[in-house]
Amino acid sequence: MSRPGATATAVDGPSAAPLLARVAAQARWEAGTMLRNGEQVLLTLVLPALVLVGLARTEVVDLGLAAGERPVDVVAPGVLALAVLSTAFTGQAIATGFDRRSGVLRLLATTPLGRGGLLAGRVLGVLAVEVVQVVLLGAVAVAVGWRPDPVGLLPGALLVLVATAALTALALLLAGVLRPEAVLAVANLVWAALLVGGGLVVPAAALPGPWAALVHALPSGALGEGLRRASADGTLDVRALLVLLAWAAVAALAARRWFRWD
Amino acid sequence: MAGRGAGGRAGGADLDSPAVGGPPDGSPSGAALRVRGLVKRYGARTAVDGLDLDVAAGSVTALLGPNGAGKTSTVECCLGLRRPDGGSVEVLGADVLRAAADPDHRAAVGAMLQDGGLPTSARPLRLLRHLARLHAHPRDVDALAERLGLPAFARTSVRRLSGGQRQRLALAAALVGRPRLLFLDEPTAGLDPAARLVVWDLVREAVAEGAGVLLTTHDLDEAERLAQHVVIVDGGRALATGAPGVLTARSTASLRFTAGPGLDLGPLRQALPEDVVVSEPAPGSYVVSGDVDPQVVAGVTSWCAQRGVMPDALSVGRPSLEEVFLDLTGRSLR
Repeated sequence: MSRPGATATAVDGPSAAPLLARVAAQARWEAGTMLRNGEQVLLTLVLPALVLVGLARTEVVDLGLAAGERPVDVVAPGVLALAVLSTAFTGQAIATGFDRRSGVLRLLATTPLGRGGLLAGRVLGVLAVEVVQVVLLGAVAVAVGWRPDPVGLLPGALLVLVATAALTALALLLAGVLRPEAVLAVANLVWAALLVGGGLVVPAAALPGPWAALVHALPSGALGEGLRRASADGTLDVRALLVLLAWAAVAALAARRWFRWD
Repeated sequence: MAGRGAGGRAGGADLDSPAVGGPPDGSPSGAALRVRGLVKRYGARTAVDGLDLDVAAGSVTALLGPNGAGKTSTVECCLGLRRPDGGSVEVLGADVLRAAADPDHRAAVGAMLQDGGLPTSARPLRLLRHLARLHAHPRDVDALAERLGLPAFARTSVRRLSGGQRQRLALAAALVGRPRLLFLDEPTAGLDPAARLVVWDLVREAVAEGAGVLLTTHDLDEAERLAQHVVIVDGGRALATGAPGVLTARSTASLRFTAGPGLDLGPLRQALPEDVVVSEPAPGSYVVSGDVDPQVVAGVTSWCAQRGVMPDALSVGRPSLEEVFLDLTGRSLR
């Protein structure tokens, strides 16, 4: 009954692909899944692009511009911060919430990928999508007149990296404790609330007094203000970086403590 | 050469004795899975209560039990998805928690979970290719997909697949890494008969290549056809274990027929020897058990003839696994 044809292929015992190949495959899978999902693309590219063009070309919102500042100078870095929030927080929270319910996290935990590989792949997938967002939205911003300081690319990238860690950890925390429907509602609500009053697109300076101070301490405000500073004069907003590092540390610890895989 | 010698075992052989097949790599006992005294509690409720379980390389062990018997908890403990509260679980010769932490060990274990675990927005072939990339020596994805008829719905997202299509994709996902130990949690639930045969063929092929399979099922026919070893569980405990043929041979022969419900069995009981028991376990379904000999058969049929009752589906024989199961648990599987 043992058929030579059937056993000849089983010479090599099963083994995992190398760690980097597994994580790269997962990152590719995650980025591909995000970019194929219509709602995600709406959230991560279409809405930020509309906000960008709408606010840069009109004066419907008071942006509290300083003398000589153009709307696009304030709005373009803010929209990039909004794009990071969309992908790293809102998109990740919703996707993780539903993946948790449908058992995707459990199934992937049994594959050679494992939980650590899944987490690493997700974060890299988010970063890959962010690169696509920055390229596309940056091109739109330049087309409507944005002229950022090229030196600001480095501090900007650093802030995006740390903000991604903080926002992804917050997304996992949210997705790990609430039902997916609640995650969907909360994540979208937070996105809309931070868009309006989180220091993303509308600078903290244009917000009412005590609120402005608070916004500087939010991850959204820190990222928005930090990217504005980087694009304006190419310098690193150290306070913003420290705020984001603190959020990343606390959120990662909390997610580690409360996240549930099933 | 993992478990190659174990492929030729005839179905129905008694596996109560230790496995006789060639031991797989890294597992001196030849056991793909060895569970001893497994306990799993959720708060005050004990889901698995001291369960013993073995899966030999190159064979199928079926875990049979009604809903809530502890089957899925057992599978989850064996996959490292849940931490056991007691007992030991050895997967391919290594402790389960150590095995679950090792990517190469996970590569050697395939799982088809009951909740599927397939990402709902994914397209089948893209998902299968992705899972294959996690392995160093995966199966040929196109050939596997072809066998399971996946190309017919390759462009449909998992969300829109029928239950049977999802099952087939989940099985492909479990097989893609050429596992040496395969967990199948109700693999053919919701499949049409043709798809079921394909699944059985694939499981037999994996077994012929030396894989050990732990199968949970409600389908006793499936257990009888596929498994060399059956463990009947209820309340988290093993009620009976053995080869399907051994389990059914434990019971005596019986005569069964169906007729209108509620027949007066009193006269029949009087007409038959005292040690023969007559019962109607379900309305219209009659069982005569004990020392069923030609005299008893004649007694039953003449009693029917006197009353003008047609004994439909009249049969004499050993009980099926389903009947053994019913006797042990007092519950129906379906």
